[in-house]
Amino acid sequence: MNAAALVLTVFVACAVEAVEALTIVMAAGLTREWRSTFQGMAAALAVLAVVVAAVGPALTLFPLGVLRLVVGALLAVFGLQWLRKAILRASGYKDLHDEAVIYRRQVAAAQAAAAGSRHGVRDWYAFTLSFKGVLLEGLEVVFIAITFGDNQGSLGLAALGAAAAVLVVAGVGVAARAPLARVPENTMKFAVGVMLTSFGTFWGAEGAGVSWPGHDAALLGVIPLIALACAGYTLLLRRARAAAGPVPAAIPVTAEEVTR
Amino acid sequence: MTRWLRSFGAFWYDFVVGDDWRGAAVVAAALALTALLVHVAHVNAWWLMPVCVLAALGWSLRRATAGKT
Repeated sequence: MNAAALVLTVFVACAVEAVEALTIVMAAGLTREWRSTFQGMAAALAVLAVVVAAVGPALTLFPLGVLRLVVGALLAVFGLQWLRKAILRASGYKDLHDEAVIYRRQVAAAQAAAAGSRHGVRDWYAFTLSFKGVLLEGLEVVFIAITFGDNQGSLGLAALGAAAAVLVVAGVGVAARAPLARVPENTMKFAVGVMLTSFGTFWGAEGAGVSWPGHDAALLGVIPLIALACAGYTLLLRRARAAAGPVPAAIPVTAEEVTR
Repeated sequence: MTRWLRSFGAFWYDFVVGDDWRGAAVVAAALALTALLVHVAHVNAWWLMPVCVLAALGWSLRRATAGKT
C-alpha cells in the first residue's frame, strides 16, 4: 500500500471518530463549562498518548507474520462491525447516526445533571462527559492508526493522518461552534469499513501463510470486491424493505451508540 | 477486582467484536482453515478469507434483519 492510501484511510477513519467526539465535547462545553470540559479532553488525550507510546513500539517487537495474522484478524472483525452498521443504516434498518439528535440528547442530559466539583475540577460532570467521549472515540483512532501504521512500518505516517483529521475536525468545529451534522458520516463509515475489512482480510490471510497473486497489487482486487459486495447487500436489503411495505420504525439510536 | 476485570473484558469484547460474535468466529475459523490448507495441504488458499468474510457479513445482516421485513 502506498503512503497516500495509508494516510487517506487513517485520515477518514479518524475524521469520523473526531466528529463524534466533537459532538460530545461541544455539548459539555456549551451547556456546562469549558474549563472542566478541556480538562477532561486533555486528560483523555494524555491517556491515549500513553497507550500509543506503549503499544505502538511494543507491537513492532512481534515477527511480521504473527503481527499480520493477529492484526489482520482484529481489523477484519472490527471492519465487519463498521460495515454491518453502515449497511443497516444505509438500507433503513437502523436510524442514521444523526449528530444533531445526539447533540440535543447530550445537551438535555448535561442540563439535567447536578453541578459539583471534585478532585480540583470545577464541574465534574463536564469533565467526565468530555473525558469518556474523547477517550472512547480516541481509542478507535489509536487502534486504526497503530494497526495500519505498524503493519506498513509507517507508524509516523499513520499518526500524521490521524493528527491531521483531528486538527481539521477541531478547526471546523471551533469555527462553526456546533456539532458537524452535515458530515456524511454513514458514507464515511461505509468507506472505512470497506478499507478495514479489506486490509484485515489481506493481512490476516498473509499472516496465515498465503501468498497473494500479484502481492500487494491484490489489494486492488480485494478492496473493490468487498465494496461491490457491500453495495449489493445494501441494495438487496433496501429492496426487501421496500417490498415489505410499511414496517416498524428503524432501530433507534441508543445512548450507547453515542460513543460507538 | 473481579468486577473490574469483568468490566474491562466486556469493554474490549464490545469494542472489537460488537453486536454479533458470529462474525468474529467465522474470521477466526477462516484463518485457521487457511493456515491448515497452506501449511498442511500446501494449497495457496488466498481466496478463502474474502469468501468467508463476505459470507459472515451476509449471515450477520440476515440475522439482523430477519423478521423486520
